[in-house]
Amino acid sequence: MEVVLKNLTKKFPSRDRKNHEDVIAVNDFTFEIPDGKLIGLLGPSGCGKSTTLNLISGLLKPTSGKIFFGEDDVTDLPPENRGIGLVFQNYALYPHLTVKQNILFPLQNLKGKDKLSKQEMLEKAYTAARLVQIDELMDRKPGELSGGQQQRVAIARALVKMPRVLLLDEPLSNLDARLRLQTREEIRRIQRETRITTIFVTHDQEEAMSISDMIVVMKEGLVQQIGKPQDVYDNPINLFVAKFLGTPPINVFEGQVKNNKLYIGEDAVLDIKDTADQQVYVGVRPEGFTLQEDGPLCCSLSGVEIMGRDISVVSTNKASLNPTVRAIIGTEYKVNTQQPQVRFTLKPSKVFVFSKETEERIPFEVREVGRWEN
Amino acid sequence: MIKKKLRDSGLKGWLYLLPAILFLGFFMIYPLIDVFVYSFEEAYNSASQTYMGVGLYNYSYVLHDPYFLQAVKNTFILVIITVPLSTAIALLISVGLSSIRPLRNLFQTIYFLPYVTNTLAVGLVFMILFKKTAYSDGLINLFINWFGGSSVDFIDGPYWAKMFVLCFYTIWVVLPFKILILTSALSSVNQEYYKAAKVDGTSQLRTFMRITLPMISPMIFYLIITGFIGAFKAYSDAVALFGTNLNAAEMNTIVGYVYDMLYGDSGGYPSYASAAAIILFAIVLTITCINLLISKKNVHY
Repeated sequence: MEVVLKNLTKKFPSRDRKNHEDVIAVNDFTFEIPDGKLIGLLGPSGCGKSTTLNLISGLLKPTSGKIFFGEDDVTDLPPENRGIGLVFQNYALYPHLTVKQNILFPLQNLKGKDKLSKQEMLEKAYTAARLVQIDELMDRKPGELSGGQQQRVAIARALVKMPRVLLLDEPLSNLDARLRLQTREEIRRIQRETRITTIFVTHDQEEAMSISDMIVVMKEGLVQQIGKPQDVYDNPINLFVAKFLGTPPINVFEGQVKNNKLYIGEDAVLDIKDTADQQVYVGVRPEGFTLQEDGPLCCSLSGVEIMGRDISVVSTNKASLNPTVRAIIGTEYKVNTQQPQVRFTLKPSKVFVFSKETEERIPFEVREVGRWEN
Repeated sequence: MIKKKLRDSGLKGWLYLLPAILFLGFFMIYPLIDVFVYSFEEAYNSASQTYMGVGLYNYSYVLHDPYFLQAVKNTFILVIITVPLSTAIALLISVGLSSIRPLRNLFQTIYFLPYVTNTLAVGLVFMILFKKTAYSDGLINLFINWFGGSSVDFIDGPYWAKMFVLCFYTIWVVLPFKILILTSALSSVNQEYYKAAKVDGTSQLRTFMRITLPMISPMIFYLIITGFIGAFKAYSDAVALFGTNLNAAEMNTIVGYVYDMLYGDSGGYPSYASAAAIILFAIVLTITCINLLISKKNVHY
């Protein structure tokens, strides 16, 4: 089932007595979610991602705009008639009911021609339970389950009616790091098997990037960028998106474009062409650095962290907006930790230039000049 | 050395407990044992501290006393009617209170007012409402007359009318506390459960029966237990309505009987009073144990 959001806007009345302006939680959100895909709504807290999810679920009514499930306009439908499954952040499993009763609960609500016999209900409940691999826990109470198992029960309960759209609100935030990895694979697998269009909300960019077919990055109610995770990572549209995606986060420097050269502080790091002279922010992904003794970017070394798979060179630079500059390099490099300075060359594809005024991305092209000359 | 000894023997712990133990011992445990002992001492005289013999005569006397049997009957009727009814009404009002937004605080205050009002003052108001005098039949009779009924004397009239007033009064007095407890229980239920139920298309009745009730069941259970105990110990309510000569009014309660045996016009029999008190204790203990057994199945913590 494809989900179409058209100019979706949600305003909340202000609680502030002095300032009566409405709070705009979601601002003019237009997006077509293709059928059978896994979509991650991503953003820092307060960006409107949960509000968007609640609008799709029908628990909130939009101030303006429309929501379509396929051809159906569901904007004015109550949640129970939309055919959605919703998994809450803290699972909202009924603590006094067993796992089986919890999964049966939505089925027992069906009335009239949809009403199922006891046998059919049990069959459906066990199918859902098997899908999330909890069919051995059916007679336990939620309190006797681990966080990961509770999560699965919540997903089974949301899936048992075979919803048209599955919504997950921060599905992994209550799990520990290891379980999180495991569960996100699990969500991916369940989504693939059921082919139900799934939308999930998260503030964890790694989580979103790792399992989503597409991610939507939001900030203060406004959609910043929509795309495949790798595309968004490789081509961030503005400084916010660049900063939000990636761990360790991108390194941002004060810089300028002058005479077709890109400067970080005083160092001319790249030769570029056809870009007007201006003050800019320069973002460099941690993997965009290469150690080179006569490299153009000079930083004072503060330490080296050996992670096993690669080495993290921590240094400082006057032009850096972050307190430290973090570069990730391969283990084949040996770094002398006694030296006061390190020099890097930059990989142009990992360098992004943003306008200082608008923070929008400025595309640039590298001028081929062979060796560095200055 | 001394310090170490104190710690090893656990004496220190007892030392901390001492004030509470002394207090409880003097004012709760000692009197309890004392009453138990008196109840077996025949014709105990508190002035001369003498008694005639030891045996079950006091119990036999009390259990054959028509006034006591009347008091037991009254108490049981009161308990059986008021405890379920007051809890159910309180639940209804609390659910109503939690589902309204405007004026909620005002209503909460109004419903809580009886709790802070003096029992005897309330009793007086009830007298005015229900009592039939030479000058007026009272407000309630006025309503009954409107609807074509004939006046009933609720205070000095037939047994059922008096029992009705007593139950009505008791329910009215205990409601505020129950409403207070239940509204706070209702508001502590996580809203996400209701959202989840809504997404699943659960009807309001089913949401209430399958989610709300189990969620607040510990509090309902607490109210039922304390309600039973409170109703078994009823006395001041009856006095407020029918005066101190409750035996004459056929409206005595077990606690009222105990009081009468000690200090009433026919009083001065601490042995009988003790026996009646022990019987009351046994009844309350039994009922509470039954409650606990039932609750194991139906209360979800």
